[in-house]
Amino acid sequence: MKKILPAMKIAFRALRVNKMRSALTMLGIIIGVGAVIAMVAVGSGASQRIEQQIASIGSNVIIVIPGSITASGIRLGSGNATTLTSDDARAIARDCPSVQAVAPSSRSGAQVVYGNNNWATSIYGTTPDYLIIRDIGIQSGSAFTQQDVDSDAKVALLGQTVVNNLFNGADPIGQVIRIKHVPFTVAGTLVPKGQSPTGQDQDDVILLPITTAQKKVFGVNQARANSVGSLMVQARGPQFIQPAQDEMRAVLRQRHHLQPNQDDDFTIRNLEEVFQAQETSSHVMSILLAAIASVSLIVGGIGIMNIMLVSVTERTREIGLRQAVGAKTRDILTQFLVEAVTLSVLGGVVGIVLGVIASKLISVFAQWSTLISPGAILLAFIFSALVGVFFGFYPARKAALLDPIEALRYE
Amino acid sequence: MAERLIQIRELTKVYQLGDVIVNALRGVSIEIERGSFVAIMGPSGSGKTTFMNIVGCLDKPTSGTYILDGVNVSTLARDQLAEIRNQKIGFVFQQFNLLARTTAVENVELPLLYSSRDGVNHGHAQALRALDWVGLAGRELHRPNQLSGGQQQRVAIARALINDPQIILADEPTGALDSRTSIEIMALFQKLNRESGISVIVVTHEPDIAQYSSRIIRFKDGQVVSDEPVRRPRNAQHELEVLPREEAAETEAVAP
Repeated sequence: MKKILPAMKIAFRALRVNKMRSALTMLGIIIGVGAVIAMVAVGSGASQRIEQQIASIGSNVIIVIPGSITASGIRLGSGNATTLTSDDARAIARDCPSVQAVAPSSRSGAQVVYGNNNWATSIYGTTPDYLIIRDIGIQSGSAFTQQDVDSDAKVALLGQTVVNNLFNGADPIGQVIRIKHVPFTVAGTLVPKGQSPTGQDQDDVILLPITTAQKKVFGVNQARANSVGSLMVQARGPQFIQPAQDEMRAVLRQRHHLQPNQDDDFTIRNLEEVFQAQETSSHVMSILLAAIASVSLIVGGIGIMNIMLVSVTERTREIGLRQAVGAKTRDILTQFLVEAVTLSVLGGVVGIVLGVIASKLISVFAQWSTLISPGAILLAFIFSALVGVFFGFYPARKAALLDPIEALRYE
Repeated sequence: MAERLIQIRELTKVYQLGDVIVNALRGVSIEIERGSFVAIMGPSGSGKTTFMNIVGCLDKPTSGTYILDGVNVSTLARDQLAEIRNQKIGFVFQQFNLLARTTAVENVELPLLYSSRDGVNHGHAQALRALDWVGLAGRELHRPNQLSGGQQQRVAIARALINDPQIILADEPTGALDSRTSIEIMALFQKLNRESGISVIVVTHEPDIAQYSSRIIRFKDGQVVSDEPVRRPRNAQHELEVLPREEAAETEAVAP
């Protein structure tokens, strides 16, 4: 250890002698490390964004939608049947042990009016559990209650986009808005959730008690008054998602009187599977980017090896002299290894700084979210040191194994 | 303590240069006592350089034994030889071989870097003393390109002395110097030989220079052809006192 410090001193002196050469050699490592840092930042930024989007759906969420219907031989797409009801929701909540909560939900578009402003938005009729399942917070005011649902109360919860478009900064709480000419009192506003994984604005919504929505807004006919657009189901935990799906399928098939040879008249979708696949692909992408960037790091390492070989040749006499005055194989090896590692680590540090700056620029100019993790920086630092050791070893060994007589005689 | 510092018996060295086999040394036996001042002479190709390389533990003999300070070094491994060179041998070269862009005192300290002995912390003071001893006080922070040839060789001698060696090996130490400076360097060798009892072996092809030693060994065709004492060795210090001072020459050479 006591020999590392003098070796570093010698290394710095040697590198200072050929400033331009040292800088150009380092440039390879700088570009390599910088590229790795920036690419990993872009990759993990993308992954993080997808994770956030998945979290915005709510955790452990399963969606049940009605199946397709066949009318006069024409098969309509799934979701068009009216086979799911609020009673199904209650039955699932009661009979499926893996299910934490169920919220029926129906959606429709409608024009909303407040004062002189109007806005077309999505109206969701649902129950208070919906807020829990989708993990939607109340920004101001309060949520509607089960009692509001039972009593068909005319209260509404507004998403941020709706608030912005109707109220121009005024406080919406307690104000009366009209949805299809029906007056609703604004009970509360929702915490913004941003875009959904499919790019929809999740804040452009109004939530109403499902009973009120069905009777006053959607205007469904009596025969289907009880039917709902979908069921949002929350499993008790990630490991309960599959059991919950199986239990729900059994309960619904029984309730819908389906024979074993009949297809389901509903579809169960596990959103997490879909988005996890998306996350995996973005992960693969970021590994790919990092791998491509690593190639330039290796090229930088070859540059170090090249310059170190030149340096060993140039300093053959110096090596011979050091051997003559007692430098052992190890001493010479250490000296040149330290020199190579100094080059690569200096390059690595500059590369890290440039990589961080580059990823900031990418997020500013390309509008991509980037995430610089301390782990990636540490890894880049260690990796650049390893590049120095790996590519410095061969030249250092060559120097250490020189014959002192030949080396002293070298012109 | 062995009275003989160096005991060499039946030393041979065979090189193979391509298809040609070169018998550089063909059975050399020499004993050198502690504190002696020996000159080695001979034409090029006589084997004197090979002999010096083996004596300096830079090379290993093909056969024969070499006992240095009681240790049979002919069988030692590479790193053990490095240790011996560091502790027991000081080298002085014709081309000085100082590290460029490195101050005089740092050059002198160089062997301490590879020394396993304790007390390296005192190395700096030791190096300053060594430089003072060779007459370079005040030039400690000069770099080789700021020193004259004679001064550079003095730095090299200070470097050779730093680890208190048993023996100094000088290969044509005056080969690159003018005659007055050569005498100054020989005076330094004589002084350290007399005052510190360090043995000195000088390789030279100049008969004048050899006359400063007390024993001359001549090589030819890989064998010792003559080995005789010098009846009345020249005294370099006395000669310098008689010579007119040439301060100008010294300062002229300092120019960078």
